[in-house]
Amino acid sequence: MVERQSPLEPEFHIGSHGNFEHGVEIILTETGPGSIVQLAAWPGEEKKLIAAIRTVTGLALPDGAGGGLSDGMKSVFGFAPGKFTVADEAEGLAGAFAKAVTPAIGTVTDLSHGRTAIRIAGPKAEWVLAKFFAIDFALPAFPVGAGRSTAHHDVFAQIQRTGSDQFDIYVFRSFARSFWKALCHASEEVGYEVQ
Amino acid sequence: MLITCPYCGPRDVVEFTYQGDGNRERPDPASQNFEAWNAYVYDRLNPAGDHNEIWQHSGGCRAHLRVVRNTLTHEILSVAFIRGAHTSTARRKAEDKS
Repeated sequence: MVERQSPLEPEFHIGSHGNFEHGVEIILTETGPGSIVQLAAWPGEEKKLIAAIRTVTGLALPDGAGGGLSDGMKSVFGFAPGKFTVADEAEGLAGAFAKAVTPAIGTVTDLSHGRTAIRIAGPKAEWVLAKFFAIDFALPAFPVGAGRSTAHHDVFAQIQRTGSDQFDIYVFRSFARSFWKALCHASEEVGYEVQ
Repeated sequence: MLITCPYCGPRDVVEFTYQGDGNRERPDPASQNFEAWNAYVYDRLNPAGDHNEIWQHSGGCRAHLRVVRNTLTHEILSVAFIRGAHTSTARRKAEDKS
């Protein structure tokens, strides 16, 4: 199999950085899912699309705007009315969805090579992300599994909370290295480790 | 200025793009009524008060929104999806309650 190159590589330095003398409070990783797929339902076909997501991934989307969930291997969340992002550790998700999501239900867009997934975890994750995005990262406002679409200096970002202090951020691959560098700079003050 | 997107919740105005006056009515594309076309292209109410506007949440869910904004106070009086009743419209509220 062909190894996929990371766009972060020249700026991806494993180890502890910044002000970590008092402990590391941020862990940064690239999750590198094998598949990232965007699904959109035609108006009125949302329920059929949600059923197709359940058939393909086994994940039952909760009700609510931006609702989502993750089982560690596969993740899904809503990012716009009738639109969903699905990521899978394994490749081939787009092919599976192309069979389940018929043209009458909606569309399937394979973004596996178009997005980079960055995971930020640790007790200061909310603090660091709050410096980037003008949204509420508190747990009651942004529950585990939920997704949000927002932007940082016009770089569009989709964020899914995959743990009480863990977030997965999907950014354009072409902006990923620049965003990663900014994330590293923002994490310096609390001490961060790249894994 | 905050606009409460029906899908995403309250967001800063920098995430939104103004798409123009919401009071305009586009004539039939085949229409040769030049006065109607002139009014559609140029005439604006420019009120000092409540104003119907079209905004897009371009830095978020990308939905087009019908917004009523007070041009004196910048108060946002109402926000709704332009596309009619959408099953996802009520989903935000469902999450807020949980």
